[in-house]
Amino acid sequence: MLRRRADLLWSIRDFFRARGVLEVETPCLSRAGATDPAIESLTVTLPEATLWLHTSPEFPMKRLLAAGSGDIYQIARVFRAGEAGRFHNPEFTLLEWYRIGFDHHRLMTEVDALVRGLAGDRLSRPTAWLSYRQAMVDHAGIDPLDADVGALADRARALGLDVRGELERDGWLDLIMSMVVAPALPADGLTFIHDYPASQAALARICPESPAVAERFELYWGGVELANGFHELGDAVEQGARFEADNRRRRSAGQAAVAVDHHLLAALAEGLPDCAGVALGVDRLLMCLSGCDHIRQVLAFDWERA
Amino acid sequence: MAMYSTNEFKSGLKILLDGDPYAIVENEFVKPGKGQAFNRVKMRNLKTGRVLDKTFKSGDSVEAADVMDTDMQYLYADGEFWHFMMPESFEQYAANEAAVIDAMKWLKEQDMCTVTLWNNVPLSVSPPNFVELKITQCDPGIRGDTATGGTKPATLETGAVVKVPLFVNEGDVIRVDTRTGDYVSRA
Repeated sequence: MLRRRADLLWSIRDFFRARGVLEVETPCLSRAGATDPAIESLTVTLPEATLWLHTSPEFPMKRLLAAGSGDIYQIARVFRAGEAGRFHNPEFTLLEWYRIGFDHHRLMTEVDALVRGLAGDRLSRPTAWLSYRQAMVDHAGIDPLDADVGALADRARALGLDVRGELERDGWLDLIMSMVVAPALPADGLTFIHDYPASQAALARICPESPAVAERFELYWGGVELANGFHELGDAVEQGARFEADNRRRRSAGQAAVAVDHHLLAALAEGLPDCAGVALGVDRLLMCLSGCDHIRQVLAFDWERA
Repeated sequence: MAMYSTNEFKSGLKILLDGDPYAIVENEFVKPGKGQAFNRVKMRNLKTGRVLDKTFKSGDSVEAADVMDTDMQYLYADGEFWHFMMPESFEQYAANEAAVIDAMKWLKEQDMCTVTLWNNVPLSVSPPNFVELKITQCDPGIRGDTATGGTKPATLETGAVVKVPLFVNEGDVIRVDTRTGDYVSRA
């Protein structure tokens, strides 16, 4: 397995070198963190300040893009508090890359080329492309853009999901997506799910032609979520507003607010080139490539033994 | 009261849900990269034995069930209750039929059992993995037929009926695996 991991890293680097994408490294430890209420950062306390361990290298990579780096990629060790399970290890390896002039559709094609190239004949089906709406309609029988909280909750229960407590609208969508739609995706193929509801835009642009959806995609290998990508939001004002909204939601849910990355906002204000970016879980990719069913099988030492 | 967060969920943990004690059988952490985290939990109702699937929002807490496995000696049955004793304290506990239903046919006086207490009341009883019991009734073996691996039913002193090899006779003491109900050997 150590050898397989080493081979995978070589293959990824070869793929990007052949395409003229530059490998970069950015800090793991920063004065600002991810505000996303669904992600908890680990922090490091120094005598003079508390610093955040990055949950993805997105912000500093965008600063490089704004400074004129051109196409870049990074293979980074990232950290997310409390995420441990079959497909999660609190410290894991993320491959993240940005392509200037790409939109999310063109980037999906490149992700497909990378993963298919690595998978060889492990993937017997052609890749499927589904909008989020279509995926939910086909596999869960509900329209995610129209249904209100009550309808989503009823549908989830009708699908056999017995949930303790109440969820917000996006919580129900996440539940149905992870427990009904993802397991129904074909096991021996890749599925791209694109055009997420605008409420789940994260750092993606809202689609100019249909404001109900965001230019965001995810890649699944079978039911395993492998990658998340955006046609990147370049608007500093909107980005600042999303950070503030995240922190308001964090405070109302009793979570600690996170320092907003003003360097990123300044870089966006300077001008982020039109680009698309994606983050892909290298450990999960290795699980899929080698047929493992627990992330610990692809790590030298998992969280329990770290 | 003690509470467990979903982060502490693992198989074997005992929790209280809608007034019933449950043991967690399986716990799976499910989380979309950019979304709500869940714990999908398979759990067994310790009163009914029924296994069900429930989903919790990660970070939520549930009450701990005061459930404890203790080793006790089986003393006797009085027709209504089965009586057990803690060997060190001599403290006695009476279990009702529902608690001993699965163990009943293996219970021999003086044997050590595992008694699961919930709020200090026996909830279930597990017999030892192996028990030695006397055969009280079985047909005589047919001579010369031992090589074919044939079996015959034998009734034991506790009332259990197990399949035994043909060479085993009434009055013999045999060793039985209570998890499968299989004959192991002559004792």
